[in-house]
Amino acid sequence: MDAFEYAKPSSLKEALGLLGSDWDDASVFAGGTDLISLLKDDVVDTKRLVNIKGIAGLNRVHESAEGVHIGAAVTVEELFSNRMIREQFPAIIDAAEGIRSPQLHNMSTVGGWLCQRPRCWYYRNGFGLLALDKDGQSLVTQGDNRYHAIFGNSGPAKFISPSSFGPVLIALGGEMRIEGPKGARDVAAADFFVIPQKQGEREHALAPNEIVTEITIPAASRGMRNALYEVRPKEGLDWPLTTAAVALRMRGDTVERARIVLGHVAPKPWPAEDAAKWLVGKTINEENAAKAGDAAVQGATPLSRNGYKVQLARVSVKRALLAAVGERRV
Amino acid sequence: MNKELTHLRVNGEEREIAITPNRLLLDALREDLGLTGSKRGCDDSSCGCCAVLIDGTPMLSCVALAASYEGREITTVEGLGGPGELDPVQEGYAEMGGAQCGYCTPGFMIATKALLDRNPDPTMDEIREALSGNLCRCTGYMQIYESVKYAIEKLRAKSATQAPATR
Repeated sequence: MDAFEYAKPSSLKEALGLLGSDWDDASVFAGGTDLISLLKDDVVDTKRLVNIKGIAGLNRVHESAEGVHIGAAVTVEELFSNRMIREQFPAIIDAAEGIRSPQLHNMSTVGGWLCQRPRCWYYRNGFGLLALDKDGQSLVTQGDNRYHAIFGNSGPAKFISPSSFGPVLIALGGEMRIEGPKGARDVAAADFFVIPQKQGEREHALAPNEIVTEITIPAASRGMRNALYEVRPKEGLDWPLTTAAVALRMRGDTVERARIVLGHVAPKPWPAEDAAKWLVGKTINEENAAKAGDAAVQGATPLSRNGYKVQLARVSVKRALLAAVGERRV
Repeated sequence: MNKELTHLRVNGEEREIAITPNRLLLDALREDLGLTGSKRGCDDSSCGCCAVLIDGTPMLSCVALAASYEGREITTVEGLGGPGELDPVQEGYAEMGGAQCGYCTPGFMIATKALLDRNPDPTMDEIREALSGNLCRCTGYMQIYESVKYAIEKLRAKSATQAPATR
């Protein structure tokens, strides 16, 4: 791990002043579980770490008329053990449960959960986010792509967005507050994640001198039945193969409004809008849940070795829908 | 890069070390403080061998910077107990064959300690959950679960003899 300067600002203003105009100038640091690994492997190089955990106000969960606000430095464990979150947003609990390590729960923060870098093995081994060879050809399409994208992969980016929380937040209509030198801006979670089109672009809407400070789940999403289903390679700690997050506004047994967002299938969380529209007016049962799964994977473009993920994504949608309307203990 | 004086509170003692800002907590413990109980396994947060307690909560010292843990109460496996004064958790692993090669054992003991401090009577599912961030490649885990159960019994017997009957 190369040398860097370490700063622990106590205010947001001070923190923003410590960030730079280039990604290599400084890195926002909170739980550190992803960033330290990236620094150790020389995938990321940084001149300065800016620890935002000492900034007041970033580590609380509170409710207002607008909705539920979650500070970026709240740990996954704090969210996981929050009774209000358990009661209202079981999809978040499902996503936290997918991180099979109490140690990571205790360290990881909500901001990092969303901003963690992709797990693509080409990227993690120093071949860049787009993993291009010296002739500009994709290493992913030529090589082992079993864990790569089956949607949104027509451009140079073939990696998958690594966060299970991203799809949940989009399904719940959430937004992120981003603070930068020019002040604050609110970005819909659906617009926060982007597919980079050329070298040097990132997989999110942040600029190098900006910080995610808060996540808001709008009051309008209260009362929606929600769940996340993950297909994981093993019970222990690993990233999922596919996920599906769903949020349903029900009238009696009938779906009035639905959001379905696939995870780990594309370089960003992947809304399945046609499947969601099809569900309107339907009841959620085995048959309709399976049909929604079929609709959600329409148009998938798997690579040479990841066709199996289409079926996993289909099943993820079906099981997430059934979980959302099922009984569960808080 | 310049070293900076850093103050860590480890196993109840104030320690002062001169380290660079990129010093991992694991290396500060093992190399600067000579506490080699915590192990470097995967080195990327997957295996739990490096786990230590921070204010009673298990965390991974291989992805932690020592400088971020100034002012916190750090407990390593050495802090649980030593020869002649083993913690019931350590005793359990010794008695029930919970350690084979022993490399993962400190991390398991730390995770077990954190569980039993919070929940002295965990269900089997709760034990599995609490140990889910730790990997062992030798024992097949059954002896580890037996070790935890031994520690639970030991602690129960201890509290029964210590606590006067209340009514």
